Amino acid sequence: MPAAVAPADAGAVLHGIGVGRGGAVGPVVTVARPVAAPTDEQPPTDRAAAQESVLAAFGTVADGLLAQSAAATGAAAPVLKATAQMAQDKALRSQTLARIADGEPPVHALDAVIETFEHMFVSAGGYLAERVTDLRSVRDRVAAEILGVPAPGVPVLTEPSVVVALDLAPADTAALDVDQVLAIVTELGGATSHTAIIANQLGIPCVVRARGAADLVEGTTVAVDAAAGTVTLDPAPQVAEAFARRAQVQARLAEDTAPGALVDGTPVALLANVGKAADAERAAGAGGPDGPAVEGSGLFRTEVLFLDRSDAPTRAEQAEVYAQVLRAFGDRKVVVRTLDAGADKPLAFASTAEEENPALGVRGYRLRRTVPELFETQLAALADAQQETGAVPWVMAPMVSTATEAREFASAARGHGLTTVGVMVEVPAAALRAREILAEVDFVSLGTNDLAQYTMATDRLRGELADLIDPWQPAVLDLVAATATAGGEVGKPVGVCGESASDPAMAVVLAGLGITSLSMSPAAVPAVRYALAQHTTEQATAIAVAARAAPDAPAARAAALALLDPTVVEVLALR
Amino acid sequence: MPSRTVAVASRVGLHARPASIFTEAVAGAGIDVTIAHGDGEPVDAGSILLVMSLGVPHGDEVTLAADGPEADRVLDELVTLLATDLDEVP
Repeated sequence: MPAAVAPADAGAVLHGIGVGRGGAVGPVVTVARPVAAPTDEQPPTDRAAAQESVLAAFGTVADGLLAQSAAATGAAAPVLKATAQMAQDKALRSQTLARIADGEPPVHALDAVIETFEHMFVSAGGYLAERVTDLRSVRDRVAAEILGVPAPGVPVLTEPSVVVALDLAPADTAALDVDQVLAIVTELGGATSHTAIIANQLGIPCVVRARGAADLVEGTTVAVDAAAGTVTLDPAPQVAEAFARRAQVQARLAEDTAPGALVDGTPVALLANVGKAADAERAAGAGGPDGPAVEGSGLFRTEVLFLDRSDAPTRAEQAEVYAQVLRAFGDRKVVVRTLDAGADKPLAFASTAEEENPALGVRGYRLRRTVPELFETQLAALADAQQETGAVPWVMAPMVSTATEAREFASAARGHGLTTVGVMVEVPAAALRAREILAEVDFVSLGTNDLAQYTMATDRLRGELADLIDPWQPAVLDLVAATATAGGEVGKPVGVCGESASDPAMAVVLAGLGITSLSMSPAAVPAVRYALAQHTTEQATAIAVAARAAPDAPAARAAALALLDPTVVEVLALR
Repeated sequence: MPSRTVAVASRVGLHARPASIFTEAVAGAGIDVTIAHGDGEPVDAGSILLVMSLGVPHGDEVTLAADGPEADRVLDELVTLLATDLDEVP
């Protein structure tokens, strides 16, 4: 990697971590960074005039957010509306004006008031602590307005563009006009940050941790190659042509709808991760007349129904959505994951107040200790959906650590009439005790993102540690292998439903370890199907052995690539 | 000064959507209203940030106060609002 890239150089390359397989060429649109109060900001000479202009800044920001909210759809609309209401707040305005009346410089006055509210929010904990981000974004917008600099956040895109940011908050990503986004590049962030996951689901090429990205100049043409994890400045015309050829190959791969299998016929079911009924309908319908593109869903994330709302959905409301998803897949398999909230996905009505270490706290199945009724209602709703549709869902609980928890969950689920019960293996303890856990349940599914986080003691949201949390880490592969071996011994399915299933090279390794199904964002299925179909069980096993013998993640991936079919590496741009 | 004490009926307490509906109603009333949580200091009930900062959970009592000829009518309306589960309002 070049130590220092002069960003203006044509052909200069920034290196980062790619998310997805696509590539795109287009002009850079930069996302402005929040502006700090100038250290030499002067007390206002005309205090009344300063108050006027600050009041106008609040008004402009509130109006802008309201207009954005009205134009937004989905989760972004209420988030933007709530933020607008903060910008309209009487107390925020009057306290800021009072400080200016006392002679404080405007942005310093604003920061001081925001800080007192932040402090109140943080000490109240729970839901309020989670609103600090909204408060900060109001502050950043008003400060930019006062100082007459561009507002932070994603600008309105007028042509297809490459969005470049230091980092993107999920709220920023949600507000993107996806039709105008060619690619996303961030200097910070990680491959399992929510921004990366959303981009991957939308099929938008994304490169995160791209050093030097924040210095890219607005309007510069760049080529973003998610497969290679590179951003090339002022690329040669051939690059766009190569991307187009790759897209063509991938489109051709997408026409293949054969069930997932290695070339010798060993089946590896290819499944879709879905979060909403609409996702399920789209994924189930893909593939056309020759057959379905996916063999079901290996991960239906039910928490999507629970997030961004102030109260829990009722049993009837849940049953309705679950029935829609089951109906979408017909007689195909659907693995329903019970509520996976807590940590980076807090719920207004279930988050426990102020955890020092939310990733290690009350989340996933552990919520049954604090809000058991949420859990019972969800299982009852799923049983209702089963009754109504005649489909038989698989059900699994996230964040299970012991065989006893697995037994308790299985007994609760079976008590509701659900017959195929499993748990997720995300905690190293569960992988190490997979044999005991599999004695209690019908199947397990590995969540490789969390498994990597807990195995490597690395926060998923800490971009600067992204190399440690890489699912190619041999220690993570060892735990996957232990779980798959335990499943093989008792003849019970062991799936993978983390993002790593969508990496074609990793998919071959997972098949070699004995994984029986892979669930991923539907866009990733064709490349994985193609990669699997070019290798025998023997080859896949040898590739897995080589990866596990490596000292670290890049070496493990390199070892796998060296043994993969060279055509697969070439066609899928894996190197 | 007329005042009313009422228990917050919304299940999530007085934040999120209920706080938003409540402060909009106060703003719509056109007079100054204060709200206090239990024995705490009264704050401006028209400020969503101050109301949220009170962190009033479901079932806790708040005291509303206002002055002027409209005070009793406005307070009665606001009490009715707080005694309703605002999460259920369509």
